[in-house]
Amino acid sequence: MSTSNPTPVLELTGVHKHFSGIPVLRDVQLRLYPGEIHALMGQNGAGKSTLIKVLTGVLEASSGQMRLGGGAQGQTTAWPDSPRAAQRLGISTVYQEVNLCPNLSVAENIFAGRYPRLGLAQGFRIDWATLNRRARELVARIGLDIDVTRLLSDHPVAVQQLVAIARALSIESRVLILDEPTSSLDDDEVQKLFEVLRRLRSEGLAIVFVTHFLNQVYAISDRITVLRNGSWVGEWPVGELPAQALIAAMLGRELAAQSTEAPVSPVFDDVTPALLQAEGLGQSGQLQAVDLRVRAGEVVGLAGLLGAGRTELARLLFGLESPDRGVLRIDGKTVAFSNPMDAIRHGLALCPEERKTDGIVAELSVRENIALALQARMGVGKFLSRAEQTALAERYVKLLGIKTESVDKPIGLLSGGNQQKAILARWLAIEPRLLILDEPTRGIDVAAKQEIMEQILRLAQAGMAVLFISSEMSEVVRVAHRIVVLRDRRKVGELPAGSTEDAVYELIAAEHV
Amino acid sequence: MSETHPLSAALRHRLAWPLITLALLLVVNTVFNDSFLHIEWRDGHLYGSLIDILNRAAPLVLVSLGMTMVIATRGIDISVGAVVAIAAAVAAWMIGGSVAGTESRFPMPLAIVGALGVAALCGLWNGVLVAKVGMQPIIATLILMVAGRGIAQLITDGQIITIYYKPFFFLGGGYLLGLPFSLFIVAAVFAALYLAVTRTALGLFVQAVGINPTAARVAGVQSRRLIVAAYTFCGVCAGIAGLLISSNVKSADGNNAGQLLELDAILAVTLGGTALTGGRFSLVGSVIGALIIQTLTYAIYSLGVPPEINLVVKAVVVFVVMLLQSPEFRAQVGVLVRRPGVRGVQP
Repeated sequence: MSTSNPTPVLELTGVHKHFSGIPVLRDVQLRLYPGEIHALMGQNGAGKSTLIKVLTGVLEASSGQMRLGGGAQGQTTAWPDSPRAAQRLGISTVYQEVNLCPNLSVAENIFAGRYPRLGLAQGFRIDWATLNRRARELVARIGLDIDVTRLLSDHPVAVQQLVAIARALSIESRVLILDEPTSSLDDDEVQKLFEVLRRLRSEGLAIVFVTHFLNQVYAISDRITVLRNGSWVGEWPVGELPAQALIAAMLGRELAAQSTEAPVSPVFDDVTPALLQAEGLGQSGQLQAVDLRVRAGEVVGLAGLLGAGRTELARLLFGLESPDRGVLRIDGKTVAFSNPMDAIRHGLALCPEERKTDGIVAELSVRENIALALQARMGVGKFLSRAEQTALAERYVKLLGIKTESVDKPIGLLSGGNQQKAILARWLAIEPRLLILDEPTRGIDVAAKQEIMEQILRLAQAGMAVLFISSEMSEVVRVAHRIVVLRDRRKVGELPAGSTEDAVYELIAAEHV
Repeated sequence: MSETHPLSAALRHRLAWPLITLALLLVVNTVFNDSFLHIEWRDGHLYGSLIDILNRAAPLVLVSLGMTMVIATRGIDISVGAVVAIAAAVAAWMIGGSVAGTESRFPMPLAIVGALGVAALCGLWNGVLVAKVGMQPIIATLILMVAGRGIAQLITDGQIITIYYKPFFFLGGGYLLGLPFSLFIVAAVFAALYLAVTRTALGLFVQAVGINPTAARVAGVQSRRLIVAAYTFCGVCAGIAGLLISSNVKSADGNNAGQLLELDAILAVTLGGTALTGGRFSLVGSVIGALIIQTLTYAIYSLGVPPEINLVVKAVVVFVVMLLQSPEFRAQVGVLVRRPGVRGVQP
């Protein structure tokens, strides 16, 4: 089905891109056929985003050719010089973060900037009837049944993501680019998205799919292009590139087989005192009473689907929200945190789920970002000098393998995985007794994921307690000594180390107990 | 393509354009008034236009420093003009005294402490409204901006209080080592603030809160306290400015003291390169910004611009200065100047 039509709808060859002399794309190519889903793969910093930006007119290629479908051999198309120009060529994009306006209606979002007008083509009055009707048609086309006149913010993130796709489709597109469309969706929602993608594929659209989830690549793609360090590695039909080979292509080496050994559970008898113990901790409307026990040196996995209450529990434990029921004990002493600083003083640390909004301070340097929590605990008066900050930051840059030319580079300019490592460094710097990691591996590449997981196990061996939250069940199963399972904002059970993914899913899927 | 000429590197420094603007204004003044740069020793102190500008700029510099800290936390304080009036009124009422000018109602130090205390309370009020109640800064401080003038007039009984107590005049009109005493006050406040943001973690925290308040909170920064402190400091700065102004004009006018000072201060901060969106800030930039405004005001008066249009002239100059300081605008002009119609590298 992938190459039934031999003429590519879009072909890029010999694409180079430099940023002030530093090459970020070297001789990259990409071929897209109508009616295919094409996975664009590579680690963080491989050049995927840059390639997409070049393709959509956000950046200008330093050199290279672009050929749009139908053009005769050798006849090239001028590069789009703006996203609008790219749209005119039939290339539309849905970016990683949903960038729509939550305070506008679904229909307004879909046609933002291109509202149909009454009377003159550029008239002043918006033709609301046409706007809403066409929006309904588009939404129906992707199999969504929602009220297009409601505010976007009234709908869950998954629906917002689909609205973003509807917006991309409202432009007569031949090529649709999806940059990490599934990173904030849960499994059901991903399936729904895939249905939409399959339907669009059958309509003859060429879809570029960028993701970090390998299983999703194999679930839906027809062909795979792999980039590494800004260079083109190859293009394969999906059947000819098994997962191990794909990872090898992305990393340029064989991955030390998937096995980080199943964790050897330290001997925890019930006598070992709990470092942190929650009894019936909850907050009305957010989380029903949860019991939780974490001991020093223990990695407790918190599993559950998106919206199961994992993040809510983490926020309660860390003093970002105040519980209205239950008791929280640290070392057996009852505590009540009114802000994160209280929690930090008791040896807790939280790597938050939303790296951009809750984690990084984008314009500050890597150095300042790493030093921030430690400095906050030391207070205003005891100041880490610049030299001390630099030493601290450089130690963790080395330890965690953070890729940055200098610790004085603004953290916002680092790739997602490196930002995540820097935030991890920020918390390791305070030498916490209990580290809460909320989705520490979201949106980062395989190698960085592996490193972070190994780091977690090493820390636990050194006696730190870890509460590990992830929606990737395989990760939870791999690192946790004990797995606490949440569903619908309450705890549904606990599983011992060595449990299989299926066991966790069974518990989640089990009928209400 | 990317050659880095030392000059262009210097021009990229964040203080380059504010300094260029200030220098240009000084040149304009010198061209129209050849004695502008002349400084002489007269009556036991330095005397000249430049000294005059520095002395008159003192209140604005102080308020701009406070405003810088507030803006860095993503806030804004439009009540500073009213706080100037309140502080002046409190000081004038507490000093009061006889026409002979040798005694005051309360001891002068107490009057100064009282005025600054009330100013600090005003700032605290703003800070609590913003950080604890969660009001938008412009609305929170609008309350005191409007009510503050009323409070000041309540204190002065709706009159302009004349101050007769001579020692008080030293604050805004006296000289120390040949320089206006107000400059020493400004220098002290600047030095204290500068040390606080560079030698303690205050600068890091303020920037973190200004750039990403949520992330700062998660990292354990006590952002509410920090914001309250910033507004309180801003109030105290306005209070000191009120003392200088009332001492200089020897009276307290609840209605007009510090009129529109909030706008000049915001302008000074912006001219100095601190973005209104918070985060990165420059104290030196704000001082330069305040000096730009005072020098511009001086130029407008000394050029004999008719009073009825001087605000318009000021607005036009500020507009041009803002355009010149915008990198986007300069880039566009640069493109037009070099070669119209050619963009970037084509394959």
